[in-house]
Amino acid sequence: MKPEPVTDGGEAEGDVLAVAEHRRGDLRDVSFEAITAGRQLADDLGGELHIAVIAGNVDGFAETLNREGVDTIHTVDAGEEFNHDLYAGAVESLFEEVEPAALLAPNSVNGLDYAPAVANALDLPYVADAVDFAYDGGFEATREMYGSKVETTVAVSEEPFAVTVRGGEWPGAEGAGDAAVEPFEYEFDGDAAGSRVVGFEEVAGGDVDIAEAEFLVSIGRGIEEEENLELIQELVEVTGATLSSSRPIVDNGWLPKNRQVGQSGKQVTPDVYLAIGISGAVQHVAGMKGAETIVAVNTDPNAPIFDIADYGVVGDLFDVVPALISEFK
Amino acid sequence: MKILVTVKEVGEAADDFEIEGLDVGERFLEYDLNEWDDYAIEAGVQLAEEFDDVEVVSATIGPERSEETIRMALAKGVDRAVRVWDDDVAAADLDVAAKTRLLAAVVEEEEPDLVLSGVQANDDNFGATGVSLADEVGFEWAAVVNHLEMAEDFSTASLHRELEGGIEELTEVDLPAVLTIQTGLNEPRYASLRGIRQAQSKEIAPKTLADLGLDASAVESPIERTAMYEPESESDATYFEGDADEQAARLADVLREKGVVGR
Ligand SMILES: Cc1cc2nc3c(=O)[nH]c(=O)nc-3n(C[C@H](O)[C@H](O)[C@H](O)COP(=O)(O)OP(=O)(O)OC[C@H]3O[C@@H](n4cnc5c(N)ncnc54)[C@H](O)[C@@H]3O)c2cc1C
Repeated sequence: MKPEPVTDGGEAEGDVLAVAEHRRGDLRDVSFEAITAGRQLADDLGGELHIAVIAGNVDGFAETLNREGVDTIHTVDAGEEFNHDLYAGAVESLFEEVEPAALLAPNSVNGLDYAPAVANALDLPYVADAVDFAYDGGFEATREMYGSKVETTVAVSEEPFAVTVRGGEWPGAEGAGDAAVEPFEYEFDGDAAGSRVVGFEEVAGGDVDIAEAEFLVSIGRGIEEEENLELIQELVEVTGATLSSSRPIVDNGWLPKNRQVGQSGKQVTPDVYLAIGISGAVQHVAGMKGAETIVAVNTDPNAPIFDIADYGVVGDLFDVVPALISEFK
Repeated sequence: MKILVTVKEVGEAADDFEIEGLDVGERFLEYDLNEWDDYAIEAGVQLAEEFDDVEVVSATIGPERSEETIRMALAKGVDRAVRVWDDDVAAADLDVAAKTRLLAAVVEEEEPDLVLSGVQANDDNFGATGVSLADEVGFEWAAVVNHLEMAEDFSTASLHRELEGGIEELTEVDLPAVLTIQTGLNEPRYASLRGIRQAQSKEIAPKTLADLGLDASAVESPIERTAMYEPESESDATYFEGDADEQAARLADVLREKGVVGR
C-alpha cells in the first residue's frame, strides 16, 4: 500500500496540490479522501502536499483540513460557495505559485465543473476518475471503462499532470496535522463572472423515505418497459419490501425522484438490498454499498453489481421474479 | 442562432466478451449513441422548436461507421452533421486535450452560440470534454445540467446543476456557453419514420485534420493506455445455481433468514 515517504531534499519538484470541496458550510468527505490520495502521490513523488480551500469560511475549513500528512493549506477567501470561475481561476493562480508536479481534485460533480478547464488552461495531461494510481518514475492510473466491466491502466508521460480521484476509493485522512496555513490572495468579482450561482434546491421529498427502509427491492433498466413494473410491485407487496430504483427508471418518469438510489439520489443502508436488472454503475453503487446484504439478479454474469453482491442470481428477472413471488404467496 | 451538439458513438461490451490487447475485442462491441448525448440532442432540438431560426449541428469525432449513429441524431431533428476523422486521428489514442483541439476547430468554423454535450461518454467515462472545450474556445460553461431555460435573446441560460445527494444548484450562465447535459433533463424522442427518411438527405460533412487547419500534432497525446483487464472480483458472492425456481427458492431462504420478509 502506502510506500515509505521519501525525504524531501529541499526541492519542490514533487509537490502535489490537492483541492478541497465543501457545500453549504460543510467540508465534503472527498476533501479528506483527496488528502489521503494526495499524500500518497506526494510520497511517491518525494514532495510536499498542498491543499487549496476556496470560498466560504476558509479559516474554519483550514482547521478541519489540518490532518496528518498535509504540509501547507492555502486559503482563498473569496465568495461563499463553489463557483467554477472562482475555482478555476484560483486553482490556476495557485498552481503557478506552488508549481507542483501534480494537481489532484475529487471527481465530484463540482470537480467535473472546473478540473477539465484548469487542466486545459494550464496545458496539463488530464486523467479523470482514477480508482488507484502509482508513481514510479512515471504516473500510472487505474480507471474503469465500459460501464465498469473492465479496468485499464493509463500512463502519463508528461509532468505536471492533473488527476481526479473517484469518491470512496481512498480512506479519509485522520489525525491532527501541523500544516502551515497560508492565505492566498485571489481577486474575484462574482458579479462580473460569466456564471452565477443563485441558489440551491432540494429535490425528492415525498411519500416514502427509502433511506429508512430495512428491505429494498430495487429495479433497474433491465425491466425494459413501464408496464413490467407491475411485476416488481407484486414482489414488493408479497414481501413487504420498499421499492427503489436506479436512475434510468426515474429519468423515464416511471418512478418519482425520491425512489432513486445513488450519488445524485438517496444513500440507503437497508438490511437487504435486492438489485434487480441493475448493472452496478459507480454512481448507483455510491448510494447502496452500505447495505448489510446485497443480492443481485442480472442476466449478465459480468455485471459489476456482482462484485459487491453477497448473493448473486445470474438469470432473467422475468423468470426469477415470478418464481420468487410464488415463494411468498 | 446556432447550437452545436457533440455526438459520440460509444462501444458497449457484450455480456460475454474478451479483451484483445488493449481493448475489448471488436466483435464483442456493440456501437450506439452515447446515452448522455441523446439528452443533449433532445435539448438542442427542443430549443430549435421553441425559438425561431435555430440551426442544430452535430459534431462527431468518429470513423465512417459512426455515420449510422449520426443518422439517428439527424432523424431526431439535428439539421446537419460534421464528422472529424482521418488516418492520423484513427491511429491516435485521443485524450481529452486532443478531443478538445479537434472540437475547438469545429467550434471556430461553425461559431455556435451554444454547445451541448453529454456529461460523460459511456465507454471511457472521462466526463471532461465539454468543460475543457469551453475553456479552449473561451465560452462559459456548466457541467451536469438537468434543467435548462433559455432567455428570449439567447443571452443567458438559467439552469440547474445536479449535485450529489439530491441537491441542485441554480445557476445562470452567459452565452456563448458549453453545457454538459445530464440524463433526465428531458425525454429524448424516438426517431419518427419521417425523420429517418429525412435524415437520409441531410448532410454529414467529413472533415480531416487538414480541413480544420490542424496537423497530426493535434492528436498527439501524453496519455497512453498500457493495460486492460477484467477486474478481479472483490466479493466472494454466493451464486444460486439451478433454474429460476431453484434460484428463487434459495433467494427466498436468504430473505427469510435475514428476517426482512413480512415486516
Ligand atoms: C453525475 C452522474 C450522477 C448519476 N447519479 C446516479 C444515481 O444517483 N443513481 C443511479 O442509479 N445512477 C446514476 N447515474 C447513472 C449511472 O451512471 C448509470 O447510468 C445507471 O445507474 C444505470 O442504471 P441501470 O443499472 O438500471 O441500467 P444499465 O446500466 O443499463 O443496467 C441494466 C442491467 O440490467 C440487466 N438486465 C437486462 N435485462 C435483464 C433481465 N431480463 N433480467 C435481469 N437483468 C437484466 C443488464 O445485464 C444490465 O446489467 C449517474 C450518472 C452521472 C454521470
